[in-house]
Amino acid sequence: MMGYLSVSLQPRAVNVDLQTDATLQVDISDALSERDKVKFTVHTKSTLPNFKQSEFSVVRQHEEFIWLHDSFVENEDYAGYIIPPAPPRPDFDASREKLQKLGEGEGSMTKEEFTKMKQELEAEYLAIFKKTVAMHEVFLCRVAAHPVLRKDLNFHVFLEYNQDLSVRGKNKKEKLEDFFKNVVKSADGVLVAGVKDVDDFFEHEKTFLLEYHNRVKDASAKSDRMIRSHKSTHTTALLRILLHHYAYYCTTTAPLRILLFFLKVSELFEKTRKIEARVAADEDLKLADLLKYYLRESQAAKDLLYRRGRALVDYENANKALDKARAKNRDVLQAETSQQLCCHKFEKISESAKQELIDFKTRRVAAFRKNLVELAELELKHAKGNLQLLQSCLSVLKGDT
Amino acid sequence: PCNSDAHMELTTEKPSSSARKEPPASSGPRPAASFSPSPAAAAPKSMEQLEEEEEAKDSFDVDVSVTNPEKVGQYLPPAPSLCWSQHETSLPMFRNKTFSVRRRFSDFLGLYEKMSVKSSLHGCVIPPPPEKSVMGMTKVKVGKDDPSSAEFLERRRAALERYLQRVVCHPLLLQDPDVREFLEKEELPRAVNTQALSGAGFLKMINKASDAVNKMTIKMNESDTWFEDKLQEVESEEQQLRKLHAVVDSLVNHRKELCGNTAVFAKSMAMLGNSEDNTALSRALSQLAEVEDKMEQLHQEQAASDFFIFAELLADYIRLLGAVRGCFDQRMRAWQRWQEAQSTLQKKREAEAKLLWANKPDKLQQAKEEITEWEAKVTQYERDFDRIGVTVRKEVLRFEEEKAKDFKGQIVKYLESMLQSQQRLIKFWEAFLPEAKAIA
Repeated sequence: MMGYLSVSLQPRAVNVDLQTDATLQVDISDALSERDKVKFTVHTKSTLPNFKQSEFSVVRQHEEFIWLHDSFVENEDYAGYIIPPAPPRPDFDASREKLQKLGEGEGSMTKEEFTKMKQELEAEYLAIFKKTVAMHEVFLCRVAAHPVLRKDLNFHVFLEYNQDLSVRGKNKKEKLEDFFKNVVKSADGVLVAGVKDVDDFFEHEKTFLLEYHNRVKDASAKSDRMIRSHKSTHTTALLRILLHHYAYYCTTTAPLRILLFFLKVSELFEKTRKIEARVAADEDLKLADLLKYYLRESQAAKDLLYRRGRALVDYENANKALDKARAKNRDVLQAETSQQLCCHKFEKISESAKQELIDFKTRRVAAFRKNLVELAELELKHAKGNLQLLQSCLSVLKGDT
Repeated sequence: PCNSDAHMELTTEKPSSSARKEPPASSGPRPAASFSPSPAAAAPKSMEQLEEEEEAKDSFDVDVSVTNPEKVGQYLPPAPSLCWSQHETSLPMFRNKTFSVRRRFSDFLGLYEKMSVKSSLHGCVIPPPPEKSVMGMTKVKVGKDDPSSAEFLERRRAALERYLQRVVCHPLLLQDPDVREFLEKEELPRAVNTQALSGAGFLKMINKASDAVNKMTIKMNESDTWFEDKLQEVESEEQQLRKLHAVVDSLVNHRKELCGNTAVFAKSMAMLGNSEDNTALSRALSQLAEVEDKMEQLHQEQAASDFFIFAELLADYIRLLGAVRGCFDQRMRAWQRWQEAQSTLQKKREAEAKLLWANKPDKLQQAKEEITEWEAKVTQYERDFDRIGVTVRKEVLRFEEEKAKDFKGQIVKYLESMLQSQQRLIKFWEAFLPEAKAIA
C-alpha cells in the first residue's frame, strides 16, 4: 500500500557503540517498502583488495540477512565468537491493518478528523519502517566491525554479488529440523551448564548471563506493555471533550470570550498531545529497543557459552577415550590426535570467548549509558516543553476574566 | 448497601478578600487517607469586608465546605449518615460568624425537597443533591462504589460540598429560611418525603415529572420561541455531556492501566539492576526503577484529577441540566393550571347562564360567587405564569453564566494540576541524569 518510502541518511547504530573503520564501511542507504516485503539497499565503501570496486551497492531482502546470520552460526570456525544477533523480521501487519480500518471508516468521520488520523498512522508506519532499517543496518555494522567476521566470504558475497542470492526461506522440513536442533540444544544446554567450570571467569559469566538474560526478557516485555498504554492515554480524549464543548458553544449565543477560552485550551491540548506522542516514541526508541537488542545479544552470548561448554565436554570425552586407549594399548595414536584436536578447539574457543564476553560487557555498558542519558535528556526536553505551553496558556487564560 | 454512615463537617467560611467570589468549584481530590478535623481558621472580620458586603449585593458571602466525614458504622435504615457542618460567614443575617452543625445525608435531600415545592422558588434552577447510590452514570471501577472505601467517602463529601456551595451561591436560595435553618439550626427534624430522591434518584424523578407534563392534553401555543428553542438546547447539551462523560471514564481507566503497567515495569527494572554486574550501571538502573515508580505515582494522581475535576463536573452538569428542564416543566404546569382555570371559569359562566335561563335565583348567588372566585384564580394563575416565565429566563441566563465560569474554573484547575505534574517530572529526571552520566 505504501509506495516508495525513502529513508534519510543518518548514523543509526543507536544501540551499539561502534568505531567506523575506513577499510570497510557498510550502511543501508535506502529502503523500499512494498506490499509484503522490504528491499534494503546495502551500500559498501571499502579499501580492501577483496572487492572489485571501492564503492558499490546491492539490494537485499530480510531472508538474505537471515541466511548470512545462519551461515555464521553454522560455521565451526566461528564457534568462539558472539554471533551478532539477526535482525527481527519486518512487521507492518498491525500498522497496515490500522490504515485499512481507517480507509474503511472514512465515511463516518469528518474530513479533518480523517486527515489527522491518516497522518498519525502514516507517521507510525514510517517509524516502524525506520526501526527495521536500523535493526538491519546494526547487524551489518556489527559484522563489519568484527575483526574475524568481516573477512567472511559469505559476507563479501552478500555485500557485493548484485544478483538475488536465491536463499528462499526455509521450507517446512528444514524448519522442523531447526526446531529439533533447538530442543536438543536447550536440553544439552542444561546439561552443560550444570557442570561447574574450573575457570572462575567463565563460571561467573555463566551465572551472570543466565540471570541477566531472563531479567532483560522480563524488562523488555514489561516496557513494551507500559509504552503501549502510554500511547493510548494521550490527552486526545480531553481534547475531544473541549472541541465538542467548543463546537456546542459556537451554536449558541455564548459570549466571544467563552469561545476564545475554549479555543485556546483546545489549541493547548493539541500541542501537548503531540509532545506526549513524542515522549512515548522516544521511550520506545531509547528504552524498549535497547532492552530488545540486549535480549538478543545476551542470547547470542549464551549461545557462545553453550558452544564452549560443548567443546569442553568433547575435550573431556576425548581425554577419557585416550586413557581407555592407553590402558588397552589400542588406537592410541588415533586417540591422541583426536584429543589434541579437541584440546586445541576448546582452548581456541575459550580464548576468543573471553575477549568476546569482555567486549560484550563494554558494549553493553556504553550502549546503556548512551541511551539512558539520551532518554533522560529527551524526557526533560519534552517536560519542559509541556511546562512552557501550560504556563503561557494559563497566564493568558487567567489574564482574561 | 444503603447507608454509608459518615459524619461530615460543613464548614462555612468567609471569603478572603474580594467582593465578587468565584462560583462553586468542586474541591478536587483531598488525600483520601486522613480526615483530620478541619481547623477553625476564622479570619477576623475587618471593616473593609463589611463594606464590601454592601456593594456586592449579588455575590455570595457565605463559604461552605463539607469536611470531616467519619465512619460511624453500619446503621440499619432509616438512620442515614451524619455530617458535621461548620460555617463561617460575614452576613449579618446569620447569628455567628463561624459555626458548625451536624447533618445527615438525608437532611441534604430534605433541603432539596423543601426548596423544590416552594412557590416562591418556582422557575428557579434548584441545585440537585447528590445521588444516594454512587453508581450513577459512572463505570469507573474499583473503590468508588464500595461504601466502606475512603474513595467513596471522599466522593460523597466533595459532592455534598459542591451541592451546598451551589445553593448558597444562588441569591434567592441564600435568603430562604429553610436554607438558613439548614446551615444554622443545631438539630434538624428528620427529613421526610425523600423516598423518590433516595430511591430512584434525582434524574429519574425529574424525567417522571416531565413525562407527566407531556402527557397533558392541552398543548401550549408559544408566541415567543425562546422557551422552545432553549429547552431544545438544554436537552441536546445534556446528551452531549453524557457522551463526554463516557469519554472521561475511559480516559480514567486507561490511566489506571498505565499506572499498573508502569509499576510492574519499575519492578522489572529494579531486578535488572540487581543482575547487572557493572556497579555504576547497576546503580543507574535502580535509580531508573525509582523514577518509574514516581511516574506511577504521578499517573495515579493524574487519574484522580481527571476523575474529580472532570468526570464529577460533567456528572453534576448532567443533573443540573435536568434541574433546568424541571423549571421549564414547572412553567408548563403553571400554564396548564391557568388554562384549566380558564376552562373551569368558562364552565361556571355557562352554568350561570343556564341557571339564569332556568330561573333558579337561590343557586344563582352561589354561581356568581364561584365565578368571582374563579375569575380571581384565572388572574392569579396568569400572573403566576408570567412571573414564572420571567424567572425561568433570568434563571437560565444566570445558570449559563455560572456554568461557563464553572467549566472555566475547573479547566484552569486541571491545567494547574498538569503543570505541577510536569514540574515534578522534571525534578525526577534532573535527579536521574547525573546518575546516567556517571555510568562508566
